[in-house]
Amino acid sequence: MAYSTKVIDHYENPRNVGSFAKDDPTIATGMVGAPACGDVMKLQLKINDQGIIEDAKFKTYGCGSAIASSSLVTEWVKGKSIDEAALIKNTDIAQELALPPVKIHCSILAEDAIKAAIADYKQRHGN
Amino acid sequence: MNYFQLFHLPAQFELDLTELGTRYLELQRQFHPDKHAAGSERDKLMAVQQAANINDAYHSLKQPLLRAEHLLALRGLKISNEQRSFMEPAFLMQQMELRELLAEISDAADPDALIDEADQQIQQQKKALLRQLQSALDANNPEHDHQAADIIRKLKFFFKLQHELELIEQTQD
Repeated sequence: MAYSTKVIDHYENPRNVGSFAKDDPTIATGMVGAPACGDVMKLQLKINDQGIIEDAKFKTYGCGSAIASSSLVTEWVKGKSIDEAALIKNTDIAQELALPPVKIHCSILAEDAIKAAIADYKQRHGN
Repeated sequence: MNYFQLFHLPAQFELDLTELGTRYLELQRQFHPDKHAAGSERDKLMAVQQAANINDAYHSLKQPLLRAEHLLALRGLKISNEQRSFMEPAFLMQQMELRELLAEISDAADPDALIDEADQQIQQQKKALLRQLQSALDANNPEHDHQAADIIRKLKFFFKLQHELELIEQTQD
């Protein structure tokens, strides 16, 4: 399958790979997986007390499109409020990376990772 | 199409693979397109179609996850081709740790020891999940069918891990 140049760029030079300490109260962790292909994605957001995402890291085991989708998302969420980040849609990700239809689920995974991280943050901060 | 019916087998998860193989050969013989070569165009077409159905059915029934998915589909719960994300943090965290373990193998001083450790963990979990799947499907009610669907989703991750481990083992040789 032919990957777009943007996917290859993110795959070869993934941005913000790694992990934050899980027990840091400013860190929210979103874990998602795709049973169909066995991909696993972890997205962590560092959120300040104004609810702004200051930093983001990811770790993804999966295909090039899954890695590129999560890498792109870490760039996009930085500087956004959690409410703004929650508005990122998988279609935006798929369009930016020119994902073919069979790889749309990778962008869904990345969108769901943002949602899972925000849910984790809200749960920990009691709202 | 009900694959169990096609193979005259009870619609349940437990299956005798030898019996499945025997039925497959019988059906293949019965519907082999060559046997219908003298028939009408319609007969020939039906034989070709039936031969394809038999192959699909055999392929699905032979593999435990596809068999379980087919059984659920017959009960009205269709989960094959679903694109929904799986979101159970504890399970996914464990998957992430197993993936990390696999990633360590290539640089390890004793890769075989890590391969054995990973293999043992994967096999153990797979076995336990397959047992749970069997009893959830045997219960045969909507609540347990939904549990079975979740167990299938989890098992898919373990089959994928097993595949990844096999690829690593090949590069180690």
